[in-house]
Amino acid sequence: MPAPIIKVDAISKSFGAFKVLDGLSMQVMPGEKLALIGPSGSGKTTILRILMTLEKIDGGHIQVEGEQLYHMERNGQLLPADERHLARMRQKIGMVFQLFNLFPHKCVMDNVTLAPMLTKGVARAAAEKRAMELLDMVGLADKAKAMPAQLSGGQKQRVAIARALALSPKIMLFDEVTSALDPELVEEVLNVMRKLAAETDMTMLLVTHEMGFAHDFADRVLFFDRGRIVEEGKPDEIFRHPKQERTQTFLKKIIAAGHRV
Amino acid sequence: MTQWSGYLGLILQGALVTIELTLMGSVLALIMAFLAGMGRVSRFIIVRAIATTYIEFFRGTSIFVQLFWAYFVLPFAGLSLTPLQAGVLALGLNVGAYAAEVVRGAILSVGREQYEACTALNLGRWQGMRHVILPQALLVMLPTFGNNAIELLKATSVVSLISLADLTFQAQVVRSQTGSTLMPFLSVLIIYFALALIISWGVRTLERRMARGLDGVRV
Repeated sequence: MPAPIIKVDAISKSFGAFKVLDGLSMQVMPGEKLALIGPSGSGKTTILRILMTLEKIDGGHIQVEGEQLYHMERNGQLLPADERHLARMRQKIGMVFQLFNLFPHKCVMDNVTLAPMLTKGVARAAAEKRAMELLDMVGLADKAKAMPAQLSGGQKQRVAIARALALSPKIMLFDEVTSALDPELVEEVLNVMRKLAAETDMTMLLVTHEMGFAHDFADRVLFFDRGRIVEEGKPDEIFRHPKQERTQTFLKKIIAAGHRV
Repeated sequence: MTQWSGYLGLILQGALVTIELTLMGSVLALIMAFLAGMGRVSRFIIVRAIATTYIEFFRGTSIFVQLFWAYFVLPFAGLSLTPLQAGVLALGLNVGAYAAEVVRGAILSVGREQYEACTALNLGRWQGMRHVILPQALLVMLPTFGNNAIELLKATSVVSLISLADLTFQAQVVRSQTGSTLMPFLSVLIIYFALALIISWGVRTLERRMARGLDGVRV
């Protein structure tokens, strides 16, 4: 059995008095597609943000490819990670945000090429060639010169996906990437993600309220509630035969709200 | 009439000095604004402390006093400045302190999600600042920078007190030589106003150019 690519060990995190993550542990295998579901405030987005080093942790350990994420090993001791260590670890991970977070002052092409050129020293010509391949993959090759404000939400999100992919991360984090989209634009983004899952062996973690998509897309589903994983299993087990009462209640509410499972 | 054209020449010479002071003072103010404004958001407490001290000191004391110090007191410390140098120094440091707060506010006005995108793309702090945050913040700064530049233009008149022959100084000269009060003061009024209009127009043009594409209108 191969080693897990992500190992989360007893992570706790509070915002003020509110405990978002309560000793959370989980493991992700290389190439695995994981869906994180659960009510808002259950900690699923927070663990994604922690993996992207956008939050500080209060306690616990995370390993990515066998290396500590928030700590450095020095002479057998674990010290808090410095900026250089974090920068090295971040190379393994990419993230796509709910609100796209494109750079509004840069055209689509520059959004995609900026980070490879700055962080990896890729020459402009090579970065643009790669960007065109990625934009082609997300179906936006003709929008390379457009400004983000000229794009629809779905197009923006596809650019954001291409931008994250340009750094060739091994792990991709998708944080509710379709939640801010008009319903008719959701499918074009989901299609890109299906393609990505089919054509690459990237490890993908997905926080979503699209239960139908989570069912088809994921190898494994984790149900979060109050900062812990209450139940996990194959999509069929979670969506068709949830064992825990809290999972059942949550899925009932979601279905009542009109989401397809 | 020929006499008046000679006096007008004097006033225009003064206008050149005023323009020179405004330009050089603005450059110094801009440098100080970015140094101190970015210092205010530094993660190092010592840098923040230095920036804050500079800003509070130069906002909290009068530009007259600052100019007198630059021109009359600094020589006692072995640093003798020409009136122009003293003027540029006092004006630049004074207006720079106000503009520093503009820089700080504009940097903080860029949404958290832009900073997070920088982190997710593994840009270093300085790379993110230089390529993502500052270009967006600059657009927020510009209108207030325009205000600051006009304030600086008007404040240049204080240098007449250290006998630098700027617009205001020349107006006084012409007034005492001709005995006419209306003509010289009307001339300088119009010239100050025209210069301020040029600054306004320049900043607005710059603003329009920089905002291009951000609103979704085809570039």
